[in-house]
Amino acid sequence: MGQDEFFFLLMGLKWTVALSAIGFVCGCVAGLGIALARTSGVPLVERITAGYIALFQGTPLLMQLFVVYYGLALVGIKVDAWAAVSVGLTLHASAYLGEIWRGAIEAVPRGQTEASKALALGYVSRMKDVVLPQALRISLPATIGFLVQLIKGTSLASIVGFTELTRAGNIISNQIFQPLTVFGIVGILYFVMCCPLTIYGAHLERKFAASVR
Amino acid sequence: MSDISTTKATADAMISMTGVAKWYGAFQALNDINISVRKGEKIVLCGPSGSGKSTLIRCINHLEAYQQGEIRVGGILLGHQAKSIDAVRREVGMVFQQFNLFPHLTVLQNCMLAPMRALGLGKAEAEGRARQLLERVKIAEQAEKYPAQLSGGQQQRVAIARALCMRPQVMLFDEPTSALDPEMVKEVLDTMIDLAREGMTMICVTHEMGFARQVADRVIFMASGAIVEEAPPAEFFSDPKHERTRKFLGEILGRH
Amino acid sequence: MNYTLDFTPVIEGMPNLLTACLGTFMLAISGMLLATVIGIGGVVLRTSKIKLLRWLVIGFVELIRNTPFLVQIFFIYFALPLAGIRLDPTPTAIIALGINGGAYAIEIIRGGVQSISKGQMEAGLALGLHKAQVFRLIILKPALRAIFPSLTSQFVLLTLTTSIASAISAYELTSVSQRIESDSFRSFEVYFTVTAFYLVISWLMMRLFAFFSARYFAYPVK
Repeated sequence: MGQDEFFFLLMGLKWTVALSAIGFVCGCVAGLGIALARTSGVPLVERITAGYIALFQGTPLLMQLFVVYYGLALVGIKVDAWAAVSVGLTLHASAYLGEIWRGAIEAVPRGQTEASKALALGYVSRMKDVVLPQALRISLPATIGFLVQLIKGTSLASIVGFTELTRAGNIISNQIFQPLTVFGIVGILYFVMCCPLTIYGAHLERKFAASVR
Repeated sequence: MSDISTTKATADAMISMTGVAKWYGAFQALNDINISVRKGEKIVLCGPSGSGKSTLIRCINHLEAYQQGEIRVGGILLGHQAKSIDAVRREVGMVFQQFNLFPHLTVLQNCMLAPMRALGLGKAEAEGRARQLLERVKIAEQAEKYPAQLSGGQQQRVAIARALCMRPQVMLFDEPTSALDPEMVKEVLDTMIDLAREGMTMICVTHEMGFARQVADRVIFMASGAIVEEAPPAEFFSDPKHERTRKFLGEILGRH
Repeated sequence: MNYTLDFTPVIEGMPNLLTACLGTFMLAISGMLLATVIGIGGVVLRTSKIKLLRWLVIGFVELIRNTPFLVQIFFIYFALPLAGIRLDPTPTAIIALGINGGAYAIEIIRGGVQSISKGQMEAGLALGLHKAQVFRLIILKPALRAIFPSLTSQFVLLTLTTSIASAISAYELTSVSQRIESDSFRSFEVYFTVTAFYLVISWLMMRLFAFFSARYFAYPVK
């Protein structure tokens, strides 16, 4: 495998990073909304968000990308593959992050909410200043764990036809007939992205477990 | 099999420890322990935390290995080979601070498991034995419940019955009341007192000095892995010889 | 909007899709069994006295957890023939799923064994039971119970992952639906329906695990 081929893989890597970043950032924003709705105390809203989460956690990401990709075209929105994949990853991430943060919000001791209420704090302040900062800390290892899952998930964009790292690998592999070398390198590139995050997440988890004890 | 034999010197001793020493790496946990316990004798072991008293009784059934000296239980030399360990464990019952009942088995099943699996008893016999001993610790009506459905005191009484189901010659108690709420301590101590009256050989690690006064034949005080002083309870409490014993008694009795 | 939904190709392909659901089930269950075997074996090696073995297991787990399944399955698909092993896509997919699930299972099972307090082991030994008996009669069930929720979600995830096996044309729901889609061009209708199928499959899988759990782990804990 030559320099040109490797450069082509790096171009794919760039798109993998971009897709992951878009999916994660937009997913965080939407996921926060989902988590708040899921813990709102309004039965109907909680039911709907629970259904939303169950839908995304109960179906393959690949199908979600397909449905969004062809669904957007169906309602007359002409978008590029990368935009469709971004929307799909965002929805996917919002459901998973929403569920992770719901758990974290519920893990904050009830006394915190009660104390804030007793201090006459309103819902916004209660959440923003008291509950969410603690919940965020609790959820950080799981959130990072999901980011790793999301980075790996962007590889499915290749099946929809978008040239990110895995599809770049496919293309090169078909050109030079060295699939093991190519997918080995592709695997290493993913590993280099994900492993530091995994280690950091495990480190936070240990630190948190130690501080609780 | 010459090592599993009775020698004259220890014939009347149910448990004898001679020159027992144990290390955790460089830290010496037990230092030259010599104890002889006659059949039917009741010993209370006490001492500050980290003094080695738990380690000592855990050596008697080889939950902890010792590196020097000799331990005999009922004439059996406790070596490090599986055969002698098994033989000793069948004769020695143990009750733990945290009860250690098996959560996935009912009270009855907890009591039947070891007689069936370690002694090879039939189901009917094991069940009969279990029900009889549950009766004895006054908890027979809870036989079909799971450990998590019982109070701490009840769990500890079940743990005593479970150990007794092996018909042991010796019972070891490792701080049996330390994890209990105060109002449950009495029911467990009463069970232990009953057991003592029936003539069981017992070694109890406990800070319950009332219990020691009432049932112990001897009280042994340990500090820093060594035996500091041993005496009958009347003498031990009224006239402790060592400074460390006095200090310990002052702290522990002053607390009540 | 000038597009009208047309589910005719989906209805016509229904027998094929339903049979393919069985293919997905088969793939998932075989993958789980292999993953469980790898998981238990891995935990045994992970606690071995030999340092090299422990590090090999750690390396394996991290390698699998930090790379996409799609890349793994491609790699295995091309590597097996080079190692002299010629397999159809479906068995290849089972191996890839087993390896992937196995890496996660190692971590989960290890956590379960660690979650059982030392006191349980000691109580069993003090009662005169042997180590193997203690493990089988005392440790195993509570350990399985402790890890069952995470094992369930990991295996449901593995079930969903089977759809990626379509990339090497293994026989399962996604690849069959892709064939119907490319014949009919009714992409949205096909994938919408198949997504609903997956929802049912993962729900069934969860019920299966819950049934199993209620049957075997129905003892109260604090």
